[in-house]
Amino acid sequence: MTDAREDLPAGFAEIVDDFTAVSTPDRLQLLLEFSRDLPDLPARYTEHPELLEPVPECQSPIFLRTEVEGTGEDAPVHLYFSAPQEAPTTRGFAGILHAGLDGLPAREVLAVPGDVYNRLGLAGAVSPLRLRGMAAMLGRIKRQVREALAEPS
Amino acid sequence: MALPFDDDPKFAAYAHPERLVSTQWLADHLGEPGLVVAESDEDVLLYEVGHIPGAVKIDWHLDLNDPVTRDYVDGEAFAALMAAKGITRETTVVLYGDKNNWWAAYAMWVFTLFGHPDVRLLDGGRAKWQAEGREMTTQAPSPAPAEYPVVDRDDTSVRAYREDVLAFLGGQMVDVRSLPEYTGERTHMPDYPEESSLRGGHIPGARSVPWARAANDDGTFRSREELAEIYERETGLDPEEPVIAYCRIGERSSHTWFVLAHLLGFEQVRNYDGSWTEWGNAVRVPIAVGPEPGEVPQR
Repeated sequence: MTDAREDLPAGFAEIVDDFTAVSTPDRLQLLLEFSRDLPDLPARYTEHPELLEPVPECQSPIFLRTEVEGTGEDAPVHLYFSAPQEAPTTRGFAGILHAGLDGLPAREVLAVPGDVYNRLGLAGAVSPLRLRGMAAMLGRIKRQVREALAEPS
Repeated sequence: MALPFDDDPKFAAYAHPERLVSTQWLADHLGEPGLVVAESDEDVLLYEVGHIPGAVKIDWHLDLNDPVTRDYVDGEAFAALMAAKGITRETTVVLYGDKNNWWAAYAMWVFTLFGHPDVRLLDGGRAKWQAEGREMTTQAPSPAPAEYPVVDRDDTSVRAYREDVLAFLGGQMVDVRSLPEYTGERTHMPDYPEESSLRGGHIPGARSVPWARAANDDGTFRSREELAEIYERETGLDPEEPVIAYCRIGERSSHTWFVLAHLLGFEQVRNYDGSWTEWGNAVRVPIAVGPEPGEVPQR
């Protein structure tokens, strides 16, 4: 049994703590708060939705784009998500990833364990099947970061 | 004490109009004793965002599926769920949900496995209620626990297992998935998770009628005449012969089960809930690819 947080960035570890500290029904409420707090897309993406990548593994349509500000492993990463209001669960997963990862150096984003979605205690509230969408988002975020780092500047 | 049926003229033409209520009927009867409204959605948080006042939540995955085996809950668990939601055996249950009532129809099908007498669908579901600007609330009710008997689940009348389908090959089967899933070009819904099937295609002899053809743009069901045109005349299904519907995990085919059994009055309709996630992974079952129903193997 790994510690649920020791290999996570500090902000993400705090989110894990918040989820695991409350009862199962309250975890749903917390997920709902994250879904409400997901920032809107900036105009450069609302005007050009084709720049966003779809995540077909999610139960509802969601699109994301990762930006790396500068070059090298210390360059900060920014995340942008587009998910419909009627898909609060998917928005909630996106909100957690945004709150836990946005602004971190690329190195730390790439080091986030792929199974982090298992640490929020949500399996009983959301079902493992639905949680897979979060894994798919994280996988795509990391791939986009690697691609950005590999681009000749 | 069951509530009166909705005598909406649109419903009168259906084989079993008592299985549907309109948004207006529901608005008129909300809060009456003997009625429990239940929301069943794909998205597990949607109910928390706002729901019909007084409605309870029933989650297809967490409440209706067995947590370990790929099966439905048993009589004890169903009774406990009903009791917790304030439902007795006499209660009129109105189900509604997102995505054209997919999961509401799925929940209704599970209620039918336990023979709950009076269960109805809200025509148009959550989307229509919202589109009409009707009241929504985030206030979750706390129903007083009810008494619900332990009833054995009956898997014989509306459910088909893989063995049943194998024995039924050559009979009337409806594949309600999208055309690319039917032909074998893809194994999951567009924009949906790849719930891995190792093979694409359809059950030999099954005809393709994507489930959404039964719905209008506002999520309500098409008229009896339109439905008869699609399923009986165009597809050639005979209402007097048994029929099995399937999809990927049994939820879209619940919607078609409802249409065939309750709106068109087919005599024997079963839902093959194992659907393509089972069939497309099973060793040595026959599969047909392409747009035609295909050859049914001689047994």
